[in-house]
Amino acid sequence: MSGQTVKIIGAGVAGLTAASELLEAGFNVTLYDKGAHIGNHACSWFAGGMLAPWCEFESADEPVLRLGREALEWWKKRVSGLEYKGSLVVVKPRDMADLKRFSNMTENFKWIEEDEVSCLEPDLSGRFRKALFFGDEAHLNPRDALLDLTNYIKNLGGKIIFEEDGYNAPEADFTVDATGMAACKVLTELRGVKGEMLIIKTNEVVLSRPVRLIHPRIPLYIVPRFDGHFMVGATMIESGERGRITARSMIELLSAAYALHPAFGEAEVIEIGTDVRPAFPDNLPRLTKKAGIYYLNGLYRHGYLLAPALAGMLKNVLLGADEAEFYVKEEGQVDDINHQWKSA
Amino acid sequence: MVEFYGQACTSRFMLGTSLYPSPAIMKQAIEASRADILTVSLRRESGQERAGQDFWHIIRSMGKKILPNTAGCHSAKEAITTAHMAREVFGTKWIKLEVIGEADTLQPDVFGLVEAARELNKEGFEVFPYTTDDLVVAERLLEAGCEVLMPWGAPIGSGKGLNNQFALKALRAHFPDIPLVVDAGIGKPSHAMEAMELGYDAILLNTAVAKAGNPVLMAKAFGIAIEAGRLAYEATPMEGRDMAAPSTPVLGMAFS
Repeated sequence: MSGQTVKIIGAGVAGLTAASELLEAGFNVTLYDKGAHIGNHACSWFAGGMLAPWCEFESADEPVLRLGREALEWWKKRVSGLEYKGSLVVVKPRDMADLKRFSNMTENFKWIEEDEVSCLEPDLSGRFRKALFFGDEAHLNPRDALLDLTNYIKNLGGKIIFEEDGYNAPEADFTVDATGMAACKVLTELRGVKGEMLIIKTNEVVLSRPVRLIHPRIPLYIVPRFDGHFMVGATMIESGERGRITARSMIELLSAAYALHPAFGEAEVIEIGTDVRPAFPDNLPRLTKKAGIYYLNGLYRHGYLLAPALAGMLKNVLLGADEAEFYVKEEGQVDDINHQWKSA
Repeated sequence: MVEFYGQACTSRFMLGTSLYPSPAIMKQAIEASRADILTVSLRRESGQERAGQDFWHIIRSMGKKILPNTAGCHSAKEAITTAHMAREVFGTKWIKLEVIGEADTLQPDVFGLVEAARELNKEGFEVFPYTTDDLVVAERLLEAGCEVLMPWGAPIGSGKGLNNQFALKALRAHFPDIPLVVDAGIGKPSHAMEAMELGYDAILLNTAVAKAGNPVLMAKAFGIAIEAGRLAYEATPMEGRDMAAPSTPVLGMAFS
C-alpha cells in the first residue's frame, strides 16, 4: 500500500497486533498510548499468555477455536519465547464429572493417566489420576510478547508515541481506536468482565506448561514464567470495577495453586493484578466503524488468541474489503451478527 | 396459572442467569425457555460499587420478573445485607434466600435460613427460601412469614435429580396450598418433569441449562418438560399395576 497513514490509539495487544499487520501491508503507522511505556494500563499486560484454542473452546464459541489456531502461527513468526509444550487439564477425583464435561465440550486432546502426568510434569507426580493433555497448544509470556511486538513495529518503521492519547494527534488517513474499556461510551454494548491474577514465586515446584485445575466453582490456571515465577489466574466476574482484588478472589486463586501443589503454599506473592476485560454480549470481538473511526474491541479473555485475526480483518477493510467476519459498519445490535452457538 | 406472592406468572420455569458461555447465549436460552422469572445472583462486591450494572442491564432488558438471590452467603447476616442490596439494585421485594451451611454440599443452613427469613419478612421482603426437604423446617419457614417454599431436589449443581421423592411427596401432601418449587439438583428435563408430575408448582434451575452442550436447545427442552409435567399432573395419571391390562377387549377375538 502506498504509505497511507494510520493512527492507532492504544498500545495493548489489539493496537500492537493491528500496527504489525498494517505495517506489513505497507501502511504508515503511528501508535499512541497514554501510558509512559508498554505496561499495566493495558489489560493484556495481565493475561495468562496461553495460546490454548482447544481448552478455550470448552466454553467459547467456534471462532475462538478456528481463529485461535491461526494465532499460534502468527505469534511464532513475530515474537520469541513461544513454548510449544501443550497444556494440561487436571482435576481432583471428586470433581471428575467436571473433567468429563470439559472433555465433552472440546476436541484435540488425549486422556492420560497418572504415569503420563508424571512424565509431563514430574512435580505433579502422584497428585492426579487422570488428566487431559492438549498437545498442540502453546504459551508465551505476554509481557515479553508485547515488548517484542513494539520492537517488531519499530523495525518495520512504525512509530510509537507514549504519554499521548492520540485523539489530538495529527490527522491520518485512518484512525483506529484500540483502547478497550475506554471506548465504552461509544461502543454502548461493551461491558467489563473483571479479572484478578497473581504472580507468585517458588523454586520448589517446576512446571513446563500451563496447568488448568477444573473446579465446579473456581476453575483456574497456573502458567509457568521465568525464574520460578508463576502466573495464577484469573477470576471472571461480571463487573466493571478495576483496581482492587477482594479477599475472596485472593483465597480462590491461592487455593487453586495450593490444590495443584502444596509447595505453592510457601511461594512468595510477587504481584497482584486486576483489570477489566472488554466484552460484547456474545463474548466475541468486533471491528466497528463508527463516525469514521475503526474500533478494535471486545477481545474478552481471548486477546492473544483473537487479536491477530481481528488485526487481519482491519487490514483487509483498510485495503478496501467491504466485509469481514467481525466487521460492523455502524455499531450493530448483537442480534445482527448473532449466529448459532458452535454451529460451524 | 401459578402465583407467587400475588403475582401471576405465565410460566412454571424459573431460570438462573449464571454460568452461560456469554450473555448473548444466555439471552437466547431465556427466550427459548419461555421462563417468566429469572434469578440473578448478586456478588456483594459488585453491588457496593454498582460495578455489575452492565450485566444486570442485559437481564433487566429481557422484560422478565427478576428474583435476586443471596447465593454464596454463609450466614443470616450476610444474606440479609445482600438482600438489602438486591432490593436497591433491582427494585423488587422478592428475594431468593440462600444461606449455605456447608461448602462441599452447598446444603442450606436451615437455622440461619429461618432466622434470616423471619427478619426479611418483617422488613417487607417477599422471601423464596431455598431449603432442604425437611417438613419441620418448612413449617418454621411458613411461621417466619414465607408464602413459598423451595426445597432442593439434590445439591446445587449436582444434576442428580430428585434424591428423595418420598420427602418431596410428603411436602406436597402436607402443604397443598403453598406454592412449592423444586430448586437445585435438576440435571435433565426428565427430572423436572418428575417433580412437576408430583404436583410441584414450578422448577428453578441454572446449571443444567447453562452448562449443557447447547444451552439454548436445553432451555427449550426444559420448558417443554415442565409444561408437560404440569399437564400430566392436572390430567391425573393412571395408577400403575402389576399385571398387564389389555387396552382392547380380548374376549371374542378370533384365535386370540
